[in-house]
Amino acid sequence: MKAGLFIPCYVDAFFPAVGIATLQLLERLGLEVVYPLDQTCCGQMMANSGSQKDAAGAEALFVENFKDFDHIITPSGSCAYHVREHLDAIPQTADAQKVRRNTYELVEFLHDVLKVQAFPWAEFPHKVGLHNSCTTLRKLRTAKASEIDEPFFSKPIDLLRKVRGIELVAPSRPDECCGFGGTFSIFEEPVSAKMGYDKVADHHDAGAEYIVSADMSCLMHQKGCAERLGLDIRFIHIAQILNGDRA
Amino acid sequence: MRRIDHAEAASDFIAAKEHQAFHDRRLWDLRLKRDREAHGIPEWEELRSLASQIKEHTLSRLADYLEEFEARAKENGAQVHWARDASEHNQIVFDILSARRAKTLVKSKSMLTEECDMRPFLERRHIEVIETDLGERIQQLDDEPPSHIVVPAVHKLRGDVSTVFARTIGAEPGNEDIHYLAETQRRTTRPYFLNAEAGMTGANFAVAETGSFVVCTNEGNADLSANVPTLHIASIGIEKIIPKTEHLGVFIRLLSRSALGSPITQYTSHFRAPRDGGELHIVLVDNRRSERLGMRDFWYSLKCIRCGACMNTCPVYRRSGGLSYGATYSGPIGVIIDPTFNIRKYSNLPFASTLNGSCTNVCPVKINIHEQIYKWRQVIAERNQLPFVKKEMMRIAGKVLADPKLYRAAISATGLAIEHLPRFALYNWLNPWGRQREVPDAPQQSFRSWYIAHRNLS
Amino acid sequence: MTSRDTILAAVRANLPSPAPALPEIPLFERTAGSLLDEFQEALVRMGGKVVDERSGKNLDGFVRSLFPQARVICSATPEVEGTRALTCSASPTDLADVDVGIVRAAFGVAETGSIWLSEVELQVNALAYLAQHLVALLDPSDIVGNLHHAYRDPRFKTARYAVLVTGPSATADIEGVLIHGAQGVRSLTVLPLPRPIGAAGRSGA
Repeated sequence: MKAGLFIPCYVDAFFPAVGIATLQLLERLGLEVVYPLDQTCCGQMMANSGSQKDAAGAEALFVENFKDFDHIITPSGSCAYHVREHLDAIPQTADAQKVRRNTYELVEFLHDVLKVQAFPWAEFPHKVGLHNSCTTLRKLRTAKASEIDEPFFSKPIDLLRKVRGIELVAPSRPDECCGFGGTFSIFEEPVSAKMGYDKVADHHDAGAEYIVSADMSCLMHQKGCAERLGLDIRFIHIAQILNGDRA
Repeated sequence: MRRIDHAEAASDFIAAKEHQAFHDRRLWDLRLKRDREAHGIPEWEELRSLASQIKEHTLSRLADYLEEFEARAKENGAQVHWARDASEHNQIVFDILSARRAKTLVKSKSMLTEECDMRPFLERRHIEVIETDLGERIQQLDDEPPSHIVVPAVHKLRGDVSTVFARTIGAEPGNEDIHYLAETQRRTTRPYFLNAEAGMTGANFAVAETGSFVVCTNEGNADLSANVPTLHIASIGIEKIIPKTEHLGVFIRLLSRSALGSPITQYTSHFRAPRDGGELHIVLVDNRRSERLGMRDFWYSLKCIRCGACMNTCPVYRRSGGLSYGATYSGPIGVIIDPTFNIRKYSNLPFASTLNGSCTNVCPVKINIHEQIYKWRQVIAERNQLPFVKKEMMRIAGKVLADPKLYRAAISATGLAIEHLPRFALYNWLNPWGRQREVPDAPQQSFRSWYIAHRNLS
Repeated sequence: MTSRDTILAAVRANLPSPAPALPEIPLFERTAGSLLDEFQEALVRMGGKVVDERSGKNLDGFVRSLFPQARVICSATPEVEGTRALTCSASPTDLADVDVGIVRAAFGVAETGSIWLSEVELQVNALAYLAQHLVALLDPSDIVGNLHHAYRDPRFKTARYAVLVTGPSATADIEGVLIHGAQGVRSLTVLPLPRPIGAAGRSGA
């Protein structure tokens, strides 16, 4: 199976290890992974600010880069959601519709498409707090949201349970937004920082040594908060744990 | 018209640590109580769907249902008035009161009357208006609007209430005992109930089939306002109509569970006709609701039953307080309604959100709040109401991210900047990220560079 | 054009379409245990009291024993005499000094612990709010399962004023601290007692 790999700009720039882990993991699972070199961004930041005309260029470039893939995988819930549901600053050509249909967030892909049953190379003997980003939780629905009355399910937990030694510890408000919110983190900085501080303190109080998520953007914000607070807690993307990266 | 600066108001709110922490805990507790109730009824999600369908049906046939409601209400002996906007509403209320030489009006909580700014209008015309709900009374005496539609003084601590009551209604200064404070408000409000010539309520629901309307309270102050004076005026937004009495089963089961996590309010009161010897006036109010009905992306907001669950769950609201939105309606529902009242003034509000979607999940009538927030951002950008800095930032980002070469240059420039600039250059007033957070480290190489080195045949 | 015409025209011009159909509302029956037990549990949760008075005799004495300090006891039901007569022509303000008001509820709702009262049961509506305490007699066979059942009662269409009372007046507006007796009654006590023979039953028959 061949897949196109989309790496969000902030992962490309600041957290390349997450991209590397994603690529290696997919290769271990038997995929041929291609990273189109001219990719940039999915357009989410401009679109979430209401500026459809400013998002159009990035969205068109995304379609151009990925139109020949039947599977497009990204280690970012918010980017996957944007492509699937909001890539509408551009004409909805056959290529655009195809790209939208074929884009997956990593956890979704591992759980629903590959149906991975084991990660024999993975071991992570630490206390880990799982952060489900609001996009993966409420929009991509990779786990039960606490507001909804329905039976429990969690794709990330299903995957993490297959990792040797891992111990999941839950904070008191597992589903509350951490406050990143894209440009919200800049334009509503006071509330954003307070939400981030509360989130990392909650995980820390629950005993987490690591916070893991399928969205590095949330973790980037939480990490910035934790470091400023001087909290002893570390941050890791789910791709890294599943890929067997050690602490 | 100055834009409301939510972020600045929020910053002040957060700085009052004890107040903000309490506010957040109290409202989160209401959210948890809601969850317990919701998970306690196997048909909860089905009730939400039914409520949503009933409202969508009714709003799609609203004119017919309004006419039916009016016809039944008049047959019952009520008088029905129609107000196009806030000032007409206020004038109608004043005319009813002055025709009967009413000098004092006791009222229960009504967001509609806040929206119409009725109290100052009446007070300028020498009518004394007494808010009888404890939270509303606190806010009235403190000359501050309510901050939450269900718990109006939730942002205040007992010391604040004690100070207000000592200053205004003769409470013992320094006595912060909550039972004492509540008893003081009860004792000083009671004479108004007994002597007022007129009482006013809002309505949670208006039933077309019977011409009745329903008012839900915990204090019983609506029942006192309506059943002691001989004149009862009810202000009702036109979107409050539901078709039949049996539909109340669905809405009443959802309302208080969503708002406060209790199965029902202490008083669920149904008014169909005036009492013997009494008068009942109903004022149906439009005030831009008919306009909103025609907005394809935003008319779902008219389903709102004013439960406040969206505010309780909203992590931004809990940390910024209702007053930071500068409008009668705050929190998630406020953010999607307020721009219809004044798009420029409220153009920042749809950005006071992380689009996390929790509001949509708790809404008993399934309003797609976070989706409407997203759509409002587009409307605001199209109408050129984005602040200059944000507009420019998006324009530049849009150009860079549309061009692979510009993008790569920007990535490496950022990396270099982070690696080489001294701390004071990275962390200053120009960089909001860095005010309370560390900036990410710049790694040795970008993912792309790694890929080219390790996988790609260059 | 009147305001009415203007508003209706604006609404008509803006109606969303297509209009979804009105759904059927199920009764959401539950095979529960005793409705009285469920009612009691629900009412107590809301701050009300349920007191057993088996004999039905000398209700006046029983009420006095519940409220030994009460001076003015005003009953809207002939089953209790009280200290002051009440007629439906009384002015609400005449009730300002009532310590205990007594009514017989038309019916109760097990799901919520609510009792239903209208101007028929109250004589003067304000009785349930100006009294310091309210006592309600309720026939256990008058308890329905849930609010869907309650809202099918035909008396909603004939009563001028109807209220579902669930516990005493309450507020938690200051720091979330629960207060009973916000503006209305400080306590609600329900006495489960069958209706006297010959008195009106559940559906007003």
